[in-house]
Amino acid sequence: MTTLRDASPRSPVRATGGRGPHRGGPQRPRGRRLQRWLGEHPLGALLSAPYTAFVVVVFLVPFGFGVWMSVHDFFFTAPGVQVPHPFVGLENFQQVLADPAVRQAFRNLLVFLVVNVPLTVVLGLLLSTGLDAVARWKGFFRVAYYVPYVTASVATLAAWIFLFSGNGVVNQLLGGLAPDPTWLANQGLIMPLIAVYVTWKNLGFYVLLYLAGLQNVPRELHEAAEMDGAGAWRRFRSVTLPGLRPVTSLVVLLSIITTGQIFTEPYLLTGGGPNGASMTPALLMYQKGIQQGQPDVAAAIGMILVIAVMVVSLVSRRLTERKG
Amino acid sequence: MATTATAGAPRTSRTDRTRPRLLVAGRFAVLLVGAFLALVPFYSMVIGALQEERDTTLLGMLPLPSNLTLENFAGVNDSIDLVQSLLNSLIMTAGVVGCTLVLGLMVGYALSVLSFRGQGLVFALVLLVQAIPFQLLMVPLYVMVVRYFGLADSYLGMILPFAVNSVAVLIFRQYFLQIPRDVFDAARIDGAGELRILVSVAVPLVRPAILTAMLVTFIGPWNEFLWPFLVTKDATMQPLAVSLANFSQANSTFQENPMGAVLAGACVLAVPAVVLFLLFQRHFTSANLGSAVKG
Repeated sequence: MTTLRDASPRSPVRATGGRGPHRGGPQRPRGRRLQRWLGEHPLGALLSAPYTAFVVVVFLVPFGFGVWMSVHDFFFTAPGVQVPHPFVGLENFQQVLADPAVRQAFRNLLVFLVVNVPLTVVLGLLLSTGLDAVARWKGFFRVAYYVPYVTASVATLAAWIFLFSGNGVVNQLLGGLAPDPTWLANQGLIMPLIAVYVTWKNLGFYVLLYLAGLQNVPRELHEAAEMDGAGAWRRFRSVTLPGLRPVTSLVVLLSIITTGQIFTEPYLLTGGGPNGASMTPALLMYQKGIQQGQPDVAAAIGMILVIAVMVVSLVSRRLTERKG
Repeated sequence: MATTATAGAPRTSRTDRTRPRLLVAGRFAVLLVGAFLALVPFYSMVIGALQEERDTTLLGMLPLPSNLTLENFAGVNDSIDLVQSLLNSLIMTAGVVGCTLVLGLMVGYALSVLSFRGQGLVFALVLLVQAIPFQLLMVPLYVMVVRYFGLADSYLGMILPFAVNSVAVLIFRQYFLQIPRDVFDAARIDGAGELRILVSVAVPLVRPAILTAMLVTFIGPWNEFLWPFLVTKDATMQPLAVSLANFSQANSTFQENPMGAVLAGACVLAVPAVVLFLLFQRHFTSANLGSAVKG
């Protein structure tokens, strides 16, 4: 993904030659061959070993295990009991795809995306360009936007419930305009509300990304455009926006990845209700895989979710890189 | 890696002179509204936690002396042992930060200063880890950790999936790469072994990176809900985020002011992370956070 491409401008492998003599001085031929095979500093492999073991145990093995699980009949047994887990092909996937609850969960993510991504991009652009130009209170604004990002979802969701519950502050403020049924019980409003919450929570991080991107927009371009008589809006559209396109592409990508992980918000706000209107694949995986003891089905949902996230990411990448 | 604050300043003074005042005022207003919306939930968290009786009217959003109390903190403490929960959060977070510092510095050093067979592969792993989505791992990891390793309701089980923060590894590598090669060569000529160079020369030179990595790493496990929620069923082992979530889901109805008690717990959970952020906010620049992104 983007992180992969952008993070490796420098090759991690330094040229072994041209860095002075080996430490041991002249050695027996076999020892030298071994040294050449191990590289200049075999200690490096030793220092990397714990991290490598961590990645294998926590990422690679579960990854393979999840793929294996999704095509086998896997269920929990009492500890120590050996039971066969027969290969079932795509049966788990068929079961998942035929399940209306699963389809609804994916549709809900789509609603989430439609609200969250444009809101994040527009507000991120608005606040970061404003912040870049403002002279006073810059530090205060930066802190204010970023605080939600460093605070636990469990804590901030409690405050949102306080604000958005039936007789909460927001409905008191709206008076007769308050939605009926209220926010958390409204099938049409709950997913957009969660999308707004996630936008609110993560916006500070994206503002920082945009601010860094603004430093890379050449100032000469702004000056040249100003000379040519371009107004503020015109300069924003023709200089700033194209200059920020790589950042926008990244922001959209990260938002899409975040979308796939939505769990805590529906779990705490609604438990997936009302009527499954805020059910998400991750929450469904928890219910099916761990509460109802069907980890194979949950693993299949996970595979479909990851593939869906990848497809949407690729599509968004095409769109954001062509735009403008 | 210039911080955004310094790089933006000269541009501002220039535009202020040329742009109409209206635009400047409008921009400031937009920023103010944004800050207001960002902070309102925090304000209501504190006010709600201090209310003796739940009051969601607009007047109730003001700190009215007649309705102020600290009872909610005692209330939430009756249901969940706040000290024990905080301690569990702290142990989990300290475990993650500790492992990240020790193991992360080791691998960061190996990737940047040393050269050995398999180095490219290890670096590829650091990047690959960021691309594997957690939801794919959730169920198999749960089965492994809880069923096979028997680590349910243990600190080790909570810490394991987060043990080494790969963003921190990238930060360490980045900082080690910035140390001139001559420093290491000089130490080698003086007869220091590689391990000694790492501990006595390299680590002291990247002290800013250590602080940044600690801050970046701290936030994750302290705020984490899903994983500790999956592996801890024993209430005495649950970190605060988990016990507070369970409290808000079920037990809070026994309270006189249930919402107030939940918000009091939320304040206790939020304060350490927010205070750390406010103290060290200079280190939370996009350059650091996005080091995985910007390279």
